[in-house]
Amino acid sequence: MNYGISLYLTGPEIFLSISGLILTLIAAWGGQKSARLSTILAAGALVGAAVITANLLVNPSFEQGGDAFGGLYRMDAFGSVAKLLIYLAGIGCLVVTPRFFDQGREYRPEYPLLVVFASVGMGMMVSATDLMTLYIGLELSSLSSYVLASFSRSDERSAEAGLKYFVLGALASGILLYGMSLVYGFSGSTSYLSIRPAFEGTLGTGALLGIIFVLAGLAFKISAVPFHMWTPDVYEGAPTPVTTFFATAPKVAAIAMTARITLDAFGNQADAWRQIIIFAALASIVVGALGAIGQTNIKRLLAYSSINNVGFILIGLAAGTVAGASAMLVYLAIYVAMSLGSFVAVLMMRDKDGKQVETMADIAGLSRAKPMLALCLAAMMLSLAGIPPLFGFWGKFVVFQAAVEADLLVLAAIGIAASVIGAFYYLKIVKIMYFDEPADVVTGENGIAHWAVLGVTAIIVSPLGYLLTKPMGALADRAAAALFAVV
Amino acid sequence: MIQIFAFYLFAVLLIAAGTLTIMSRNPVHSVLWLIVSFFNAAGLMVLVGAEFIAMLLVIVYVGAVAVLFLFVVMMLNIDFAELRAGFMKNFPLGIAIALVLLAELILGIGAYGAGVLELGTPDGSAAPMTDKSNIENIGALLYTDYLFLFEAAGLILLVAMIGAIVLTHRERASGPHRGHQDIGKQNRRRPEDATINTRPEVGKGVKL
Repeated sequence: MNYGISLYLTGPEIFLSISGLILTLIAAWGGQKSARLSTILAAGALVGAAVITANLLVNPSFEQGGDAFGGLYRMDAFGSVAKLLIYLAGIGCLVVTPRFFDQGREYRPEYPLLVVFASVGMGMMVSATDLMTLYIGLELSSLSSYVLASFSRSDERSAEAGLKYFVLGALASGILLYGMSLVYGFSGSTSYLSIRPAFEGTLGTGALLGIIFVLAGLAFKISAVPFHMWTPDVYEGAPTPVTTFFATAPKVAAIAMTARITLDAFGNQADAWRQIIIFAALASIVVGALGAIGQTNIKRLLAYSSINNVGFILIGLAAGTVAGASAMLVYLAIYVAMSLGSFVAVLMMRDKDGKQVETMADIAGLSRAKPMLALCLAAMMLSLAGIPPLFGFWGKFVVFQAAVEADLLVLAAIGIAASVIGAFYYLKIVKIMYFDEPADVVTGENGIAHWAVLGVTAIIVSPLGYLLTKPMGALADRAAAALFAVV
Repeated sequence: MIQIFAFYLFAVLLIAAGTLTIMSRNPVHSVLWLIVSFFNAAGLMVLVGAEFIAMLLVIVYVGAVAVLFLFVVMMLNIDFAELRAGFMKNFPLGIAIALVLLAELILGIGAYGAGVLELGTPDGSAAPMTDKSNIENIGALLYTDYLFLFEAAGLILLVAMIGAIVLTHRERASGPHRGHQDIGKQNRRRPEDATINTRPEVGKGVKL
């Protein structure tokens, strides 16, 4: 094992860890006053990590990727692309955060610090090629997330969200660990490369149980049905910038991690895990679409929308092909933009006292008070629904194309049917904003940071986003190919 | 010979202490028996040559039991006078247990010096590495092959610590030096600053 190369390949994590430690010192000595400074520094650290990741991605001597620390960690195009998405989402969330906490709520320098440490954990998750790396990365990011969820201490709902997330997350970690111990017991190794040949042919019940438990634990982390129950409560209770973070970066990390473990470690057992993933995908799409209909809180509705989207992303994984994995990444990237945009739009809805507005009734007639905001939110909603001129359509298109190519016609058909049900509540929001009597609740002003993030995501989601299809598709293809190159 | 004797002693005491842990009516006694059983389990570990696990058992579990004790004392509304009376009542049992543990400790060290207990015939994979102690072996692995994970685990602990502080620490309610004694300020005080002669009119000095 060459430590020099190992340290070079794990560069993004090491850079972020060191930045996190420096931020800890700033938080310890600077106290409350340093909150804004450390937010800027944390965003800078994420930019730095993104630059290092991009640099690794284009480095010709590691075009095929490279193993670090004796196969515990693998730097390849797949991990790097996922990490870029994670860091960009993290930066977007950090940029919109301070303004939210300005309204008499407590903002402390620990917030950006925890986001940085969560990003370290997520980077480890997507690059893990060993069950131990996966678990430690997962715990690092989850533990930071639990604290972030209950960051507003004066808010009861925030505390409830943190507690629920913690208890259910600990349970899921237990299930995951139990599955890992079974996998380790039956394969004799925790490394993906050794598990793969060990799990060949017909598996015994024990090993199969191990795979099922591992997938159940991972399904919790990506909030796929039937392990989605925590999502609406946590998304509603957590402070909105934290929800923005939860809906984007950890989703990317957990889905990328699931893709790597299923396609690499359990690559010889495709039949075993594919039926689980197909079931989770279908159930997520249907439950996400039906569950959202009755919601009156926008954050809850967006939580169901994210469950629904996870279903579509899993369709790409269920295909189990290079095209499927590539489609999954494309959808993930578009999903991050849509999610970030819609949550920032929610974040920008304030009444005249600067209080956050979250119910559907309050946004009635938003188009007259805030035409730009209403237009952006409408674009996000129509894009989430997958209506053609907008970019969200492209994600659904590539995913269903991959599914059809992999002979999953029934899956694709049910998915398309359910996406029509989903379109109902997205269109309902648009209708409330444009055609209902104005409630005149949303009147508060917004800062430039919010408009910047919303503007960028709106441009990506708009038909202009189609200019990105070619570079994005090429990058996703390369990343997906890297995932299959390990074999 | 001494190992066989030590093994049966530890094993019998472990089972006996474990039984007493769940049988005794007094929770304080239960906890004491639990400590005895941990100690005996640690002794068994020493006998098979796993001194690191033995140490962990004593430090982590016995330490955890002490913390548990503290929590019980803090959480439950315990009358301390009664507790002190109970202390005198429990004192002989406590001393007896301490003596047994001391005897075991001496015996265990003697047995450890006499070599590892042979448990069946070790094959290749499970054969103990005799050239180094297993603490050295674990340390060598942790700081080379698993360095990355070891450091990341350290980050998890750091995040746990930060999280606990974020969620529970509160600034003092008001004033920058509430409850602080500023001796310099006290010494600078002069009688002129502290008392004022006002000479109010008759009947107007106090508000009634």
